[in-house]
Amino acid sequence: MANLKTVSKKSKAQSMGMHTEVLTGRTQQKFFNPDEAENFYYFGTYDVDFNKRTELDVKDMTAPEANKEIDNLMSQGYGTIVIKNPQGKHSLGVGILNKLNLIFEGSLGYFGMGSCDGPIVRINGRVGWSCAENLMAGKVVIEKNAGSCFGAAIRGGDLICKGSVGARTGIDMKGGTIIIGGDAGAFTGFMMQRGRIIILGDVGINLGDSMYDGTIFVGGEIGSYGSDAVDAELTKSDQDWLKRKLKVAEIGENFDVSKMKKIVAGKKLWNYDNLEPTEKKGAI
Amino acid sequence: MCGIAGLIHRGKSSNVGSELQGMLQALKHRGEDSTGYALYGDTDGKNFIMRFKVGENVGEGSSSVMEDVSVYDERKKIVDQTLAEMGAKVVKEERTLPYSLRYELDYNVKDLLEFSQRIENIPGVEILSMGKSLEVIKDLGNAKMVCDRYSLDKVVGTHAIGHARMATESGVDIKSAHPFWGYPFSDVSVVHNGQLTNYWNNRRVLENKGMRFMSECDSELIAVYIAEKMRDGATLEEGMKASLTGLDGVFTYFVATKDSLGMAKDTMAAKPLVLYESDDLVAMGSEEIAIRSVLPQEIDTYDPFDGEVKVWQI
Repeated sequence: MANLKTVSKKSKAQSMGMHTEVLTGRTQQKFFNPDEAENFYYFGTYDVDFNKRTELDVKDMTAPEANKEIDNLMSQGYGTIVIKNPQGKHSLGVGILNKLNLIFEGSLGYFGMGSCDGPIVRINGRVGWSCAENLMAGKVVIEKNAGSCFGAAIRGGDLICKGSVGARTGIDMKGGTIIIGGDAGAFTGFMMQRGRIIILGDVGINLGDSMYDGTIFVGGEIGSYGSDAVDAELTKSDQDWLKRKLKVAEIGENFDVSKMKKIVAGKKLWNYDNLEPTEKKGAI
Repeated sequence: MCGIAGLIHRGKSSNVGSELQGMLQALKHRGEDSTGYALYGDTDGKNFIMRFKVGENVGEGSSSVMEDVSVYDERKKIVDQTLAEMGAKVVKEERTLPYSLRYELDYNVKDLLEFSQRIENIPGVEILSMGKSLEVIKDLGNAKMVCDRYSLDKVVGTHAIGHARMATESGVDIKSAHPFWGYPFSDVSVVHNGQLTNYWNNRRVLENKGMRFMSECDSELIAVYIAEKMRDGATLEEGMKASLTGLDGVFTYFVATKDSLGMAKDTMAAKPLVLYESDDLVAMGSEEIAIRSVLPQEIDTYDPFDGEVKVWQI
């Protein structure tokens, strides 16, 4: 295991987007070796086969029991897991740092799919507050509506809700894409720092309030703009990207993106654009 | 944190006592200092039902004190005497607990305000609810404990609202527990999840207008605020809409009347609410698991938006 205190391949680390400050601590030393970048994996992840499929009925399980069983099934190589009877339970599917095809046949409560990195998830129901909070990579599709704080602080991946969402969607988001097929509530994009939000329907008051960076696209009416949020020109490349994204998201493929509004931050922050240390990702 | 739940059956009655117990018990992790029910039962509509208390069930943090049962007996006697003086005949009397009573009153009331003031002028006595359908039952403990204590699981009616409380703004006692009766209006009750930050300003104004507060719980303000609007001629929905700007803070609250159920959400949508709506049933709660206790099958639910007010009729 390399000692990051003596890493000499600075340029390689930088090209990978890694921060080059001197780091200490066992966690960083264990996980972040630029020489092993191609084989990078999280501790405790599994080699799963998407064609190996199973079902898990969580009706009589607590959330920790259900999550442990998902982990157990992944350890057995199951790459496609169908969860039956989630019945609005909180905190289901959290902390999955693995490639996985996960399908929920029903609705989730609060904090569903939080802090995940990699899984492809379809929820054939609704989700409560803070769905997919801190999502780092992967794709989460919700077939119905979602509660407030949808995609809070996500750093990557695609988060798609085919219905409507509550307030503060994408609050504090640092990357990734959030796509809403219906309407969104107040304070959408509140304090967002990076990434993109697409809303095909209407959006409530204080859109993009206190946003640092990132982009919001709105297809419907805007209740009001928040502090620091301003209109920007919708470019051809924006429209091309929107078309591609909506097609991939299985949502609004025929939507007239040329009429969408583009909202960005109206302020410039100093010393903001330094990349977040990639090393932190592994410590989460 | 607190959790709230409510449901209304449209065009039929159901076992709302048991249903609300299930909803509130599913929310017990949001607070179980006290639990309260406002049940709108099937009655013949002839008599008033008065739920009142002559003492407290006191938990940690309360400023109230436990008293001897003889004190409760003495207060009850004065209540009986006062009712007789006002010409109210007690048709049926139930004393579920030493401090908690339910009277059915044959009384041609002209002014519930005057009636309530006379009863509540008796030290230690508080009317929890007054109406021809509404019964407010609240006590310390979680939903099941309160339901069992008061045998609420058999109550049949059209609609109900309830509250699972984590005490933050005031003590752990019955007087601070929800629901609050919309004094002095017959059959009006309120439950609230959130914090109101202009409580004292509003309270001073409302008290100067002759409204009454029984606790220092900020949530009571909602009941009094709407009651005052209705006293001035506003409809329930108009009163609720006025509250969106008149009340400062974060809130989701429910109001119920004899034949309707309403919800309001503050303009920042800071407090949760999940809603299920069909032709024959509306069920809502702070979390979806509350609704799932009465509708375990897959259903379509949604979060009402910021500043939204909705009212449903039975």
